[in-house]
Amino acid sequence: MRRKHMTAALVGGAAVLIALTGCTTDPSVTPGGGGEDPDAVEWFDQALFDTQAAQLEATPEGPDGQPWLQYIDAEMVDTSSYASTGAKKVCFSNASIGNPWRQTGWITMNEQLKVLQEQGAISEMETRDAQDSDDTQIADIDYFISDGNCDAFIISPNSTAALTPAVERACETGKPVVVFDRGVQTECQTTFIHPVGGFGWGIESANFLVDNLEEGDKVVALRILPGVDVLEQRWAAAEKIFADNGIEAVNYFTGADPAEIKKIISDELAKGDVQGVWMDAGDGAVAAIEAFEDAGVDYPVMTGEDELSFLRKWDETGLTGLGTVYSNFQWRTPLLAVQKIFAGEEIPKEWVLPQKSITKDELADALEANEGMPDGHYARFGGEDLPGYPTVWQDRIIP
Amino acid sequence: MSTAAVRPRRRVPLDSTLIVYIALIGVIAIGAILVASVGRNFFSEGNIRDILTGMSVLGLVAVGQTLVILTGSLDLSVPYVISLSSLLAAETMKGYSGNIIQGVLIALGIAAVIGLANGLIVTKLKVNGFIATLGIGLIVKGYLDTFYKGSSGSVPAEFQYIGATGIGPVPISTIIMLALATLVFLFLRRTRTGHHIYAVGGSLDVARLSGLRTAQPIIVAHVICSVTAGMAGLLLASRLGVGSPTVGSQGGYDLLSIAAVVLGGTLLAGGRGSIWGTIGGVAIFAVLNSVMSVMQVNPFLKDVVRGVVIVVAVAVYTGRVIEQRRARYGTKEVAK
Amino acid sequence: MNRVRSAAITLVSPRGAVFLLLAIMLVAITVLNPNFAEPGQFIRFVQRVAPIAIVAIGQYFVIVSGEFDLSMGALITAQVVIAGNLIGQDESKSVPVLLFMIAFGIVVGIVNGLVTTLLKVPSFIVTLGMMLALSGGVLFWTGGAATGNPADGFRQIGRGGIRDVPIVDIIPFSVIILVVLLALAIWFSKRPFGRTLIAIGDSSTAARFAGARVWQVKTTAFVISSLTATVSGVLLVGYAGVHPSVGQGYEFIAITAVVLGGVVLGGGRGWVVAAVAGAFALEALFTLLNFAGIPSTLRDAIQGGIIILAVAYSATTFRARRKGHSTQTLPPGKEPDANDGPAQPAPQMSPATGSEH
Repeated sequence: MRRKHMTAALVGGAAVLIALTGCTTDPSVTPGGGGEDPDAVEWFDQALFDTQAAQLEATPEGPDGQPWLQYIDAEMVDTSSYASTGAKKVCFSNASIGNPWRQTGWITMNEQLKVLQEQGAISEMETRDAQDSDDTQIADIDYFISDGNCDAFIISPNSTAALTPAVERACETGKPVVVFDRGVQTECQTTFIHPVGGFGWGIESANFLVDNLEEGDKVVALRILPGVDVLEQRWAAAEKIFADNGIEAVNYFTGADPAEIKKIISDELAKGDVQGVWMDAGDGAVAAIEAFEDAGVDYPVMTGEDELSFLRKWDETGLTGLGTVYSNFQWRTPLLAVQKIFAGEEIPKEWVLPQKSITKDELADALEANEGMPDGHYARFGGEDLPGYPTVWQDRIIP
Repeated sequence: MSTAAVRPRRRVPLDSTLIVYIALIGVIAIGAILVASVGRNFFSEGNIRDILTGMSVLGLVAVGQTLVILTGSLDLSVPYVISLSSLLAAETMKGYSGNIIQGVLIALGIAAVIGLANGLIVTKLKVNGFIATLGIGLIVKGYLDTFYKGSSGSVPAEFQYIGATGIGPVPISTIIMLALATLVFLFLRRTRTGHHIYAVGGSLDVARLSGLRTAQPIIVAHVICSVTAGMAGLLLASRLGVGSPTVGSQGGYDLLSIAAVVLGGTLLAGGRGSIWGTIGGVAIFAVLNSVMSVMQVNPFLKDVVRGVVIVVAVAVYTGRVIEQRRARYGTKEVAK
Repeated sequence: MNRVRSAAITLVSPRGAVFLLLAIMLVAITVLNPNFAEPGQFIRFVQRVAPIAIVAIGQYFVIVSGEFDLSMGALITAQVVIAGNLIGQDESKSVPVLLFMIAFGIVVGIVNGLVTTLLKVPSFIVTLGMMLALSGGVLFWTGGAATGNPADGFRQIGRGGIRDVPIVDIIPFSVIILVVLLALAIWFSKRPFGRTLIAIGDSSTAARFAGARVWQVKTTAFVISSLTATVSGVLLVGYAGVHPSVGQGYEFIAITAVVLGGVVLGGGRGWVVAAVAGAFALEALFTLLNFAGIPSTLRDAIQGGIIILAVAYSATTFRARRKGHSTQTLPPGKEPDANDGPAQPAPQMSPATGSEH
């Protein structure tokens, strides 16, 4: 191609690109009514939405003061066929410890393990960490099946659909299989442990914002990553509630990078007023609040998470906020479930744990109970009665 | 003038591919001892299967990456091509075995188109391979993030067998990977384009002045690389049972494949290297990963170990003298 | 008239194209949001580009010498976490920890440089290994999450500035640091060090024969790169706070910025001011996308397209050809070798052989 044409083509291409950036409208703004947004179409599930809304209100059954052993709406399953004595070996296939929430849970789980080892229920727990890779986790589970000598499997799947065949293979061994956190698309496991769920999160947080804002107010939604089931459900529910109540919501993906979050909020503030901030996870909440400080405007109404960095900043600034929760104490339950299974006790087939956000009233207590903990710690970690409390979480040594 | 009398006595220099395999044996030996110390058998069927499975996907990608690096370019778009191909395959197949061929062809076809785009941008627009493939990769990533919100499609059971079964401890996926490696090896050795790939990587100007169409080998290398990435995506779709927009980036296949290629003795500057060396590099990584998992090494430390191993291993190679050109009088040219 | 004309030509040429691109971006942003042009707003924009522009300076020196530094992002994260954990809420520790961070950065740079030059491992691999080691090491040490944001005094470096200045209202410290570093960088590049660096990037053998100590100069370039990553980390602690994902991907952003600025990968050519302009243009692009309300998922695609177009532009336009520079951009780690002998013609000659390159 002749040089002049090449140059012209390149300049033309660049001009088109820049023009496109100027002309494209933002499909992620939902001005009340949200019609053909691909988000809502694929992830929103009315039935699940309603179920979780009900579960948020329900009173859980189970021992008082031990939410990690409580359950909601449970259909019990008989485990007497597994009953046997002796300490059992557990094989744990972990999706990763790649974010502060999972790290906190992992520390808690290991403390719980120590208790059960002392009680003689569990001999050891062998863990394989898949470092966020579906393929690796499938191979890990297969390795456990062939070489692990496992008495029971605990699996925290990296993603729902992809890990389903591997979990089914684990079930075929005839040993008990406990799945927790993200689920899989099969029912073969002995129990599936999880808090109320993503829709529940979205419902609580969005309703809080709607209650504290007026129609027409703007909310900036900060989302970590696309395509992760638990996160997409949170946004799907929130989006619907915002749309139904006339709140203008714009959403951004941040990659949990505080610098990105700050830039996004600053740009939004430069465009106009922002009355509320919604987050699908707690990372980077502080940066978002500081963006308001730097711009010299009033603090927003904000929902974050029970991560201590947000709770502390919330307390410090006195803004109107809510610490939505995805119960971190669920990391204790799988091992306790294994103990119950081998004791022949009934457990719920789908073990729905309570999910209670931290409200303004509970904030002071939560902060006091977690004083000295690092910012990446989670208030609802449920480990206050475990042996290592509080130093193990304060020092944050990953086992 | 008698060359025999003049030639000094020299040690036979070690072929770099040979070095890789010696290193691999060393790693296996150390690994077996470490694994035995925690009461496991390194050579058990399950463990061998784990290692070979770990080699399959990375091996497919690394074979393609070898070609591209031989021409002196790079391909950073592979993770996104992998994800895209897994999605295209899974969505076309929709769970019906009748659609398998169609799914495979569409996935590989689109991968080839992306490779073609990479090759054309590198050769016609004169953009460095790093930038060209980084740019294309980002474009594909943007497409994936916008139009796919999570895993989708469904792979029929027949296709899943590829990822799940094997002959004894050897998975079918590994056999496919080795077959591909052999094909590419023969391609490089026996065909004209294969030789041209080495020539273009060695020195672009010399190649051009020797009358080669320098664009063609580069484009072919990029197309093959993207197609192998597409195959890796198909393999992952088979293992996962669905297509996933993040499966490629989860594995870090771009930087790891480059590391495996360099570990295998191929020069990053191009012009010198071998497929079997790359496979050796992939094997070393797989053994390393497996041993660290069995020993339950802290996941954060695994990355440190990988980083150190990569640098140390390459330092050991480049410490050896590599003959850059054939000596003019008498002494034989060192084999690649 | 002639000066205007030659200035216009420079603007359109590869050397100046990035400034043209930057100007277009800034105009587009202002059109979408007229507030942007207010001095107060604009200076805040400069504040947030500062960390990126500073790493672009560091990466410039490394690329111009013909190498890569992929470890920048991980080093930033490491420094950010070190600052968070070691300073804690105790402001008096700020200075000692700062000195430690600088020393740490220098050590990383020296390791990168020496392994690349003395052990002859391609810098792509060395810095890749360093990136893995740093990120894994830092996460291992902190248990994955940092303790928290350090004392406000330390954070003021990245967040605060000189207040109550007329017109702009605040001059952020980041901006001052950026200006100082840029001035230093320009000065460096005009000194023998800078010129030697470019010569090495062009042909390290020739430079060596001319008496340059290649390993010293290249290692210095890596140290500069690591120091800029450290400074950027300090600024980011202030701006963004402490979190393991701060700094992720900065090496690629830096390389993109440098390449947008017309610096050729493989070394031998480039202007540090253009690299900084590349950083500004990139951040301006992201800001433009935020203002235009482009879904964040499309941003990557647009970024990818622009990178390719920008580099293709500088590689294929008439200026480059006419000056007779080799349009072949060297692949990473490649150095033309003395041993190639008389069979290799001078690579500077680009014969006018039509379309097939």
